[in-house]
Amino acid sequence: MGRERLARYSLAGPENRAAVEAGLAGGDWFRSDIPRKRMKELMRRSDYPAIRDTAIWIGLILLFGGLGIALWGTWWAWPCFFVYGTLYGSTSDSRWHETGHGTAFRTRRLDEGLYQLASFMIMRDPTVWRWSHARHHTDTLILGRDPEIAAMRPARLVRLLANFVGLVDVYTAFRLMFVHASGRLTADEADFVPEPERHKVYRTARIDLAIYAVTIAAAIVFRSWLPVLLIGGPRLYGAWLLNVYALTQHAGMGENVLDHRLNTRTVKMCVVNRFLYWNMNYHVEHHMFPLVPYYRLPELHQEVKRDCAAVYPSIWAAYKEIIPAILHQLRDTEYYVHRELPPGAAPFNVPTPANDGRALPLTAASAA
Amino acid sequence: MTQWVAACAAGDIDPEDVLPFDHGGRAYAIYRSPDDGYYATDGLCTHEQTLLCDGLVDGDVIECPKHNGRFDYTSGKALGAPVLTDLRTYPAKAVDGTIYIDIG
Repeated sequence: MGRERLARYSLAGPENRAAVEAGLAGGDWFRSDIPRKRMKELMRRSDYPAIRDTAIWIGLILLFGGLGIALWGTWWAWPCFFVYGTLYGSTSDSRWHETGHGTAFRTRRLDEGLYQLASFMIMRDPTVWRWSHARHHTDTLILGRDPEIAAMRPARLVRLLANFVGLVDVYTAFRLMFVHASGRLTADEADFVPEPERHKVYRTARIDLAIYAVTIAAAIVFRSWLPVLLIGGPRLYGAWLLNVYALTQHAGMGENVLDHRLNTRTVKMCVVNRFLYWNMNYHVEHHMFPLVPYYRLPELHQEVKRDCAAVYPSIWAAYKEIIPAILHQLRDTEYYVHRELPPGAAPFNVPTPANDGRALPLTAASAA
Repeated sequence: MTQWVAACAAGDIDPEDVLPFDHGGRAYAIYRSPDDGYYATDGLCTHEQTLLCDGLVDGDVIECPKHNGRFDYTSGKALGAPVLTDLRTYPAKAVDGTIYIDIG
């Protein structure tokens, strides 16, 4: 099962061609009908919200990192590093995401600067992941096309759990850094990173490896864990919240459909979580209209909710669906979460075979 | 060879906005800059052929609605990943309240 599963989800495997032949690759996705004038208002961006939020975010990181250093040697250092690590190793994901889209700031250089910083913190190559994420938006949860499917069918449960302390991501990140530093890409990466962009990948990997080498050398020279707790380490001990948030996006939902209302969740979160996650809990809305900056997503939600299935009222409510769905998929790979649209909503997008949220069976794409 | 065709009325496009125009089976995008200049490009993004008319015009830049690829619509220049190929541009002019583009 393991090898067959990996082949199905590989971008270098037969499902890629099957998706192209089935018309699922680069498909025409559903979008709610919103007047152009309103969309222009929602897409318009300003530097202020992201500068304010980034100043608070970096301020908190420096504050708790500084407290951790100052209190090093006492038990008080541990809660400080817990907060520092969570901010560094989890919430850098949403900063990476928004600035990767180029929507957080109006000023492009601010966006790019934070993108490079957040990419380093979250241990993702900024070039590879820019292209990877573009593909994720083109072919969301399309087998053989989407490189960012977190929960396969069946899920790789041990890896999912191990990743709550970053074990898989960090191992993979360092493996890839060495591959990239040697001037190569993986087969999957070669499917979506164009040739003219690849030199950036190799250069970044060499710089990142040098930074981590200096960090480890400092830890050895000073006989202290502090350098590792401050740089790189948070991607392990602070990764838990990243996974709590990220699995709410698509885990357990329908594959091979061209309608984000079927394969994506919008989850209601409190103001603290929305700050930490930069409103990515409005994920259906984000996928429908990726140009809308994070601070306008609550307004966008009001515009599209007439077309969408009910919002999950909390993270816990989402997990009450996700956990059983993932466990169910361990023994039934055709199982997925069904979504019901409200009365009067626009119907599910073709080629969804029926307006009941049914995903195309995996075998259909394979046989195409 | 020049071939001017009427694309739309000048008043159809708001300042700093874009309008779709189809002619001869080809999609075009007509722009009005903040200082009331008119410009025309191919209507589809060179990255994954998404209609640019649903995108965001900010100054002289059109941003693709699908992957946020950015072009300078006055020159067609691609401004970075995920767009690497420039957009074809067409001369545009306003005559008596009508926007013409040269598709020749």
